[in-house]
Amino acid sequence: MSAQDAPPIGEADATAIPPASAAASEGLTSYRVRYITWRVLLYSVITLVGATMLLPLLWMISTSLKEPGAVLLLPPKWISIPLQWGNYPKLFDVLPFDLFLINSIKIAVFATVGALLSCSMAAFAFARMRFPGKNIIFAVILAMIMIPFHVTLIPLFKLYRDIGWLSTHMPLTVPFFFGTAFGIFLMRQFYLTIPQEMVEAARIDGCSFIQIYYRIFLPLSKPGLATLGIFTFLGSWNNLMGPLIFLTKVETMTITLGLTLLTNQAGGRWELIQAGAVISILPITVMFFIGQEHFIQGIARTGIKG
Amino acid sequence: MSAVTTPARGRFRDFLGSNRGREAIEAYILILPTILGLIVFTASPVLASLYYSFTRWNLLSTPKWQALDNYIELLTEDPLFWITIKNTGYYVLGTVPTGTVLALLLAIALNQKIRFVAVFRTIYFLPVVSSVVAISVLWLWLYQSDFGIVNELLRFLGFRGVRWLSSVTWAMPAIIIMSIWHGLGYNIVIFIAGLQSIPQDYYEAATVDGANAWHKFINITIPLLSPVTFFVLTLSVINSFQVFAQAYVMTRGGPVNSTKTIVYYLFQQGFENFHMGYASALAYVLFVIIVSLTLFQFWFQRRWVHYEL
Repeated sequence: MSAQDAPPIGEADATAIPPASAAASEGLTSYRVRYITWRVLLYSVITLVGATMLLPLLWMISTSLKEPGAVLLLPPKWISIPLQWGNYPKLFDVLPFDLFLINSIKIAVFATVGALLSCSMAAFAFARMRFPGKNIIFAVILAMIMIPFHVTLIPLFKLYRDIGWLSTHMPLTVPFFFGTAFGIFLMRQFYLTIPQEMVEAARIDGCSFIQIYYRIFLPLSKPGLATLGIFTFLGSWNNLMGPLIFLTKVETMTITLGLTLLTNQAGGRWELIQAGAVISILPITVMFFIGQEHFIQGIARTGIKG
Repeated sequence: MSAVTTPARGRFRDFLGSNRGREAIEAYILILPTILGLIVFTASPVLASLYYSFTRWNLLSTPKWQALDNYIELLTEDPLFWITIKNTGYYVLGTVPTGTVLALLLAIALNQKIRFVAVFRTIYFLPVVSSVVAISVLWLWLYQSDFGIVNELLRFLGFRGVRWLSSVTWAMPAIIIMSIWHGLGYNIVIFIAGLQSIPQDYYEAATVDGANAWHKFINITIPLLSPVTFFVLTLSVINSFQVFAQAYVMTRGGPVNSTKTIVYYLFQQGFENFHMGYASALAYVLFVIIVSLTLFQFWFQRRWVHYEL
């Protein structure tokens, strides 16, 4: 009897098995020892990695609540009483972080609404309608995913300068109303899971395709929309290159760009810099906790079927 | 219009009147914004960029045609270009293989029957949602030479600290370590989904045949996961070739250009020195590198990616 044939511990109680022979029970014991060793190793590894992931983020929060003297204390202390909540308001004196937050929210919301509208429309045509040129156009859109944003950067900069969009939020919002390759691909994947019979039944009832799109497919693809929405919001919120190039006035800047400015201006004031970092990731982290399932499902889905 | 219609125009009108024709019209209405966006925000800029790459242009004057001069200068006279290529290559080779293998191993670990799996998954994923800028600002502090926690930990373990970001030797490894840390959760999630899509029957059949865990891993998990691995690799290579924010926030490309990447150099040439033509040529070189590597990976995948056993 080999070790593999032994019932897994946990499903059956090992002591309940009558010891047929000394060899068998010895095999069972060694299996059990190996199993336990393996479990201990497994939990140690994932806990260690978990700590590596979590501790730097906690250290960011810890630093943001210290007074300047306590920041440079060696050996470092995790919590230094009293907690300096005042570091956060102080941040708003150094740079207009309130404006940064408002700008980031505004840009991310418009970009998200734009992407949801345009991508859900186009994806419906590509998923469920027949029209001349469909395959070629879709192939071109997919190929666009490969194009680095930086190749379009200089002509777009010139375009936005010529039409007076520099230092406005237009370059960071308007393009999203005209579809993104990734968003169309993602929404199409979701639509393909909706039964074709629903389209045919609606057609027999005299619905036009555009009616089918907003009466049937939009309501049924809420998880897909949530995923695309979260991705777009996150991408917009975390974007550095776009705001860095297109926004030159401080009052138009986003929180992510503002954070780079803070790092330069508050040189050495680590408690302020880390407070800025906390503020910049807080809204996004809260959003992640609320929409976690959509988020993780979305990544899994694009990865597996892509 | 008039009663005189050519047969072709008549057929077109018939098509528009038919069900198929109405369907096509509706479809074009739905994709119209996308087509416009494609032309205005992607296709035209890509072509314009190609044109600018053959010119000398400082944004204020009109672009002056100078054929291949930018490319010749890049490839033969500009040592900084080759330094940025080398640095970017270093970054890609430092992050992609290690990041992929680590993510795969951790995905396998998280895919075992373990308690609190959702908690671990959430913790692993936390850095992913944070911006590269916020993460860079955090690690700037962690890597700080005298008071940073990384050196403090090294000293605690009996090593000597390193002047991470001000050292030519250590600045790039520091950025690589941070970037692996940042992106790990994303790839883990993809790998877990891939692992869960492998049918359990294969494992059961292998168990009956007396295969041990290692054989199952090599003969079932690795081949059946290869399409996912391919996706992760391709995407990671495309993304990591465009590395910028880390260097911008943490080192400004220094010390002594040791962390200056292609995109950072493009940003400097274009938006600090206003050498728009030269920057466009740099963008096209990056474009060509990314497209060739992606096509190479698609060609090479036939040798190692299995879509079934």
